[in-house]
Amino acid sequence: MKRRLLLLFPLLVFLGLGFFLYRGLAMDPSARDSALLAQKFPAFTLSTLKDSDARVDESLLLGQVTLVNVWAEWCPTCKEEMPQLLTLAERGVRLVGINYKDTRAKGLEFLDEFGDPFEVNIFDPDGDLGFELGVYGVPETFLVDKEGIIRYKHTGYITPEDVERVVQEVDKWR
Amino acid sequence: MALMIRAGLLLLLLVTSVPVLADSAIEVRDFENPVMAERYRDLTASLRCPKCDAQAIDSSNSPVAADMRERVVHLLREGRSDKEILDYMVARFGEFVLYNPRLDERTWLLWGLPAVLVMIGGLIVAAFVRNRRHIRVRALSAEERERLNALVNREGSE
Repeated sequence: MKRRLLLLFPLLVFLGLGFFLYRGLAMDPSARDSALLAQKFPAFTLSTLKDSDARVDESLLLGQVTLVNVWAEWCPTCKEEMPQLLTLAERGVRLVGINYKDTRAKGLEFLDEFGDPFEVNIFDPDGDLGFELGVYGVPETFLVDKEGIIRYKHTGYITPEDVERVVQEVDKWR
Repeated sequence: MALMIRAGLLLLLLVTSVPVLADSAIEVRDFENPVMAERYRDLTASLRCPKCDAQAIDSSNSPVAADMRERVVHLLREGRSDKEILDYMVARFGEFVLYNPRLDERTWLLWGLPAVLVMIGGLIVAAFVRNRRHIRVRALSAEERERLNALVNREGSE
């Protein structure tokens, strides 16, 4: 009898493997938590998209809960994301953009065409700040709390279905 | 025997052959010293491109992989150690970029499972061997021998 039960062992192994592989099918391998969660927003000093003489640094993000959105003119999904960002801004979320590996002219053109939900845009033409943030595919969105600590990251574009969740995350840290 | 030697040689060849494709660097880099060039090759082969899931940064065309290669060169020239460079990348892109995940509370199962499986296999083999030992050859009884003879003779006469 005991030996008979032992014959079920391969089936159990199969079922176990099947369970994990099946779960893996529904997972998105590109959605990973940021390595910077619960850490300070990296230090930087850069100009803004609108003004090459202006200088902004990480203190820009202190005092208010802020959504930092990394975008670029050359990024097609950023265009699809803009309506959701405009909705978020209308709902009272403070948005700061990082214009990533772009030119000033192209970036400003983009805002003219698709709207400007951002309080200010940090101009990062070499992608240095993006690198510090571990950006590997625009758009990416970081939630920074009042103390300037990164609390949440959304990789990929924010779909209309995601808006509610993002608002909840923002409210959590207010 | 000759077959065994041949098989053994083939296995040895397979085990010792170096994958040539892996170090097809995209940019040509000039390193003053060969040790640094070697370290660059090893580092870029062991860092995984965060955008492309199953490719090291040494062979990826993705912009983020190019940025990471550039940063590796920069950090090497600054005189940072291999560990510092890997830590630098992990601090920004997460553990994901390490092809050799570090042993910690989340990865012990990953690292330990092969050893555990080998042990389970060993136990199964041991159990089989022990069971075999209990099988004894029993001599035929007179009755059985007679029956066997009858069968053999019948076969022969036909």
